[in-house]
Amino acid sequence: MAKTKDSGVEERPKWDNKVQYLLTCIGFAVGLGNVWRFPYLCQIYGGGAFLIPYLIALVFEGLPLLYLELAIGQRLRMGSIGVWNSISPLLGGVGIASMLVSFLVGIFYNTILAWVLWYLFHSFQNPLPWSQCPLNDNLTGYNVECEKSTPVNYFWYRETLNITPDIETSGSLQWWLVICLASAWCVVYICFIKGIESVGKAVYVTATFPYLVLTIFLIRALTLPGATDGLVYLFTPDWEILKNPQVWLDASTQIFFSLSVAFGGLIAFSSYNEERNNCERDAVLVGVINSATSLYASIPIFAILGFKATTAYNSCIKGNILALTNYFEFSEQNITVENYDHWLKYLNQTSPGEVASLDLTHCDLQTFLDQSASGTGLAFIVFTEAVIEMPGSQIWAILFFVMLFSLGLSSMFGNIEGVLTPINDLKLVPKWIPKELLTAIICLVAFLTALIFTLGSGNYWVEVFNSYVGSVPLLIIAFFEITGVIYVRGMKNFSEDIYFMTGNRPNIFWKACWMVISPLMLLVVLIAYVVVQAQTTPSYPTWNPAYELFPQTEVKPYPDWVFAIIILLCVLPVISIPLVALYKLICCRIKKSSARTDLNPYCNDGFEVETREQQNQRA
Amino acid sequence: MLEKILVLLCLPSALAQHLCTPGASDGYKVRLSIKTALGDQAYVWNENEMFLFRATLAFAMRTHFNGQMYNVSNIVVCDETPRVSFWFVVTSPLDTSTLVDRKDVEEAVRKSRNRINSAFLLTDKTLEFIGIAPTLAAPVYPDPPPWLIVFGVVMGAVGAGIIILLVTSVLQKKRKKNEKSEGEDDEEDTRVKTVENGTASDGVYNMSFSDDERFTKM
Repeated sequence: MAKTKDSGVEERPKWDNKVQYLLTCIGFAVGLGNVWRFPYLCQIYGGGAFLIPYLIALVFEGLPLLYLELAIGQRLRMGSIGVWNSISPLLGGVGIASMLVSFLVGIFYNTILAWVLWYLFHSFQNPLPWSQCPLNDNLTGYNVECEKSTPVNYFWYRETLNITPDIETSGSLQWWLVICLASAWCVVYICFIKGIESVGKAVYVTATFPYLVLTIFLIRALTLPGATDGLVYLFTPDWEILKNPQVWLDASTQIFFSLSVAFGGLIAFSSYNEERNNCERDAVLVGVINSATSLYASIPIFAILGFKATTAYNSCIKGNILALTNYFEFSEQNITVENYDHWLKYLNQTSPGEVASLDLTHCDLQTFLDQSASGTGLAFIVFTEAVIEMPGSQIWAILFFVMLFSLGLSSMFGNIEGVLTPINDLKLVPKWIPKELLTAIICLVAFLTALIFTLGSGNYWVEVFNSYVGSVPLLIIAFFEITGVIYVRGMKNFSEDIYFMTGNRPNIFWKACWMVISPLMLLVVLIAYVVVQAQTTPSYPTWNPAYELFPQTEVKPYPDWVFAIIILLCVLPVISIPLVALYKLICCRIKKSSARTDLNPYCNDGFEVETREQQNQRA
Repeated sequence: MLEKILVLLCLPSALAQHLCTPGASDGYKVRLSIKTALGDQAYVWNENEMFLFRATLAFAMRTHFNGQMYNVSNIVVCDETPRVSFWFVVTSPLDTSTLVDRKDVEEAVRKSRNRINSAFLLTDKTLEFIGIAPTLAAPVYPDPPPWLIVFGVVMGAVGAGIIILLVTSVLQKKRKKNEKSEGEDDEEDTRVKTVENGTASDGVYNMSFSDDERFTKM
């Protein structure tokens, strides 16, 4: 490349080595969803049987989309907006949509990381603060709200979120969440301060550390009592479930969101590659590793959930044993967990009335195993409860939350990259602003916007964003991406691009997927998703201490103004696609009609020897 | 004569025994869970342990009512079960046929609960006085809260890192600028400006070729 001078055309930043690039892509793809969404889906959709729709979706929908994004980014060497502008000016809106979605997802995702930080900071105490109820005001008993629910629930809903009874009551800013959010954004900033140079170094830690912790947890979890019950429960296949179309829909959406396509981040990352790089191998590697991580993560998660269910079952039985022993004045430890059933039968025969009066709770291991959770419920309620029972709770809590933080942080890199690279490529900001300042401004704006999630009703808003921003808009963007590349740029051009980069043309499998199968699947998934959402009135679970069935969550429908905001969130990113297309059409028509005969078709500005005066004149 | 003295001696305790009944209004039920608390090192509950209990309780009554000389005989126990639970009542040292009021016994036990527990190597949960709730330990709130300390450490490290990185990049830029301004004066005037394929923004968009896509695939 010719030596460019002070006009500010810098060389495009590059990855130090291939490993950094792969780790960044893997880190972006592997996120919190692999740990807390996939095991839940596996469990509710018949264990081992769920792997079938999941793998089919990976092969026919996930990998082609991933390969497409990496290839187009590497070939055109620009961020998402530049890439789509290059393919066709009418498609520029796709890039803007990607950028908006990346920004919106980034702000609520980092709020979750702020919550993880809060729990991490609290894991350095003995005993763990979520293991016992605090006392009430006059020190005569325990806090009422905590007594009715559990200490873990109380710590999450009251001491962390200080949640309001519904989304309409906003509450005030919770200062402790604000400082945790500030620290989360500071950590993101420090990793991004030098662009991909610093990201590439940070990702050595954030992308590999979760695997280390998962392995440690795997070894520890498999030695806990009840682990095998949890694993058997997770993986027992229920083949009947495959007849339910919802399973296929959830498998497709899970693969799609898990791979983090359509954010623009992957396009940006691969644009920093060298031109001749085998992106086919990269795509297959990233896709396969992402799914393998999901599977690998579900093993310790479910072993620990099995342990938790067994412990709960044992305490349930022990409670009953105590009640019986105290009432009938038997000698201690006559009734044990092993001979409990035998004793119960005997006592029911001899004195059924008295046994009935004791009101023993019916203990069933299956019920405890069925208490599944996904998302924040899994991490902050179920898992923290399990950690209390493990010896050395602090270490396990610290390891777990650091793992969650690095998983989320590496995904945040992709989100921020999806916002930064288009801005840099479009040269929207004047040259004198250094990139550190630009990154700082973006982080600051995002932090200020994310302050709504630190209100009392913040958790409800995170749920709104999670369900609606990170779903339909992405599907629409991906559909336009695939049709844009294959049908507007042309399959032949794209094959030539790939031949230029890898030395091989794409084989029949990729072609069939890109041209027919993947767009079709995306369309079906999109329509099915919208139909399913439209059939149920959107409602949300609330934590309301005044509810008569407390501690069960009260399900309330969204009020109208929230519903309007939901529609706005779905529509706003994707509205840019038709808007930009219209704008370009109108502009083009005006330009064409005026400038048609002015330019000499044989005068190509590509090669021009200019003198310094000419250059000064132009500048 | 001797028999008369013996009868006279046994009479008070016999009289006192009838005061202790399960469900007595001035009595309390005690329940011990020795095996649960001590596991392998559990001791066997026998007459000696019962004697210790009565003595400890007499101690508690003496401590509470400073001056009144309670004795082991003032603690009357009945209805022992294999569970190791029993009822007890406390008779007044001045008159063995009257019982000490329930509230006073409760206060005495509350005051010396810790000592009673330690005498038997048990805790509030494993040595239960049914009806006397254990006083909850006052919460210890260390000031400043530990989480703020951890937060301070983390933020301090991150803040220092940001400042260091920013300062080094500013210094680097300054150095580059100085080098550049030295090297610029030696350069020639003509340069070839190349436009990289694909970066359409660097050149001038040549409208004449936009329609030709229909004819020539480029």
